[in-house]
Amino acid sequence: METMSAIDPQRQFEQVVVPHLDAAYNLARWLAGNEHDAEDIAQEACLRAFRFLGGFRGGNARSWLLTVVRNTAYTWLKQNRPQAVVSIAEDELHEIEDPDALKNHSSALHHADRDVLRAALEQLPTEFREVLILRELEGLSYKEISEVADAPIGTVMSRLARARRQLQNFLAKKGELP
Amino acid sequence: MNCHEIHPLLHAYVDSELSLMPSLEVDRHLKSCAACAAMKRSLESLRANLRNADLAYRAPESLRARLRKSVAAETEEKPHRVSRPWLWQLIALGSLGFAVFTLMLQPAGISSHDRLADEAISDHVRSLMAGHLMDVASTDQHTVKPWFNGKIDFAPEVKDFAAQGFPLVGGRLDYLEGQTVAALVYQRNKHTINAFVWPAKTASRNSVQEHRGYTVINRDINGLHYCIVSDLNGKELQEFANLLGG
Repeated sequence: METMSAIDPQRQFEQVVVPHLDAAYNLARWLAGNEHDAEDIAQEACLRAFRFLGGFRGGNARSWLLTVVRNTAYTWLKQNRPQAVVSIAEDELHEIEDPDALKNHSSALHHADRDVLRAALEQLPTEFREVLILRELEGLSYKEISEVADAPIGTVMSRLARARRQLQNFLAKKGELP
Repeated sequence: MNCHEIHPLLHAYVDSELSLMPSLEVDRHLKSCAACAAMKRSLESLRANLRNADLAYRAPESLRARLRKSVAAETEEKPHRVSRPWLWQLIALGSLGFAVFTLMLQPAGISSHDRLADEAISDHVRSLMAGHLMDVASTDQHTVKPWFNGKIDFAPEVKDFAAQGFPLVGGRLDYLEGQTVAALVYQRNKHTINAFVWPAKTASRNSVQEHRGYTVINRDINGLHYCIVSDLNGKELQEFANLLGG
């Protein structure tokens, strides 16, 4: 049986962590809101991941690294920007689908401007923004998102629905929706 | 399904996270309902915009370089990191044990089980999304049990397991395998558990399955069949199933 500890740790780092560095930085960047803090968070998370490579049991390296990034980012946010992590009330579940709100956007959205989309994502609450980044930019499944965001799948689904609706509302106000 | 039932499923539908049966039902509905079809298009268009706008940030070269340097430095500090092959053997043994355990619980009739699991998960997901988790919301077993009287032709046992960490939160009627079933709703921390109950008909069906990220436990208890669904881990859900078995 080949054991992980027998492998050169540097090589292991290149194999497990480095391939997902872009994904790690992307999540850190969207959570931190600027390049400087994102680099600090991504660096700390990757080094933590390196130290805990023994705790990685194989499987989905990207989800595992993103979980470490997310935890590092939230610890950092709580220390430096506590107002950014005000928890959203999860019991507003029935609010997820307001058919009328959706109807207003029933026309297709055409080539929304990149800067407007960025601004739209940035104004979302952190917990909503992260599920959209993980789903739309990183292509994670509901199950993977629930692991990374440490939330039950039902919560992931309601956050995703509400995040999309808020995004549509924002874009409608900016005139990006006809 | 009507529009009201379709709306909560649309997100999972455009994300390709819906299982076959509900997905076909959504397909069918979209063909005949212009309003829902427009909503679906608007969601798809939002997704396409997010994907095509190149919004992902790429790690700067400086970060890559700094990381390699730090890793090299840490490796030199501890050239021989403590080798713990026994830990890996332990983990491997543990996983093997779990696999064998799971296999032992898998009965032969897999396909009908998969269909039931699929259907039960869809009911579970729908109950979470549509905000119709409960028709009778009560933590009192003496309120929930009589609520089912006259609505179904069997009397499910309703017990609160708050003391064991699985509080009862309510009940409702649902539909599984072509019949009306009782759904008992329990909570474990932030996880919701749906226990679907109906009279056991065929030979006893006991199984534990991991399916689409959910755990599904089938068990016959005192002439009733229980199909228990949750995104809770298998171990704790088994604990819950054992409580039901009393």
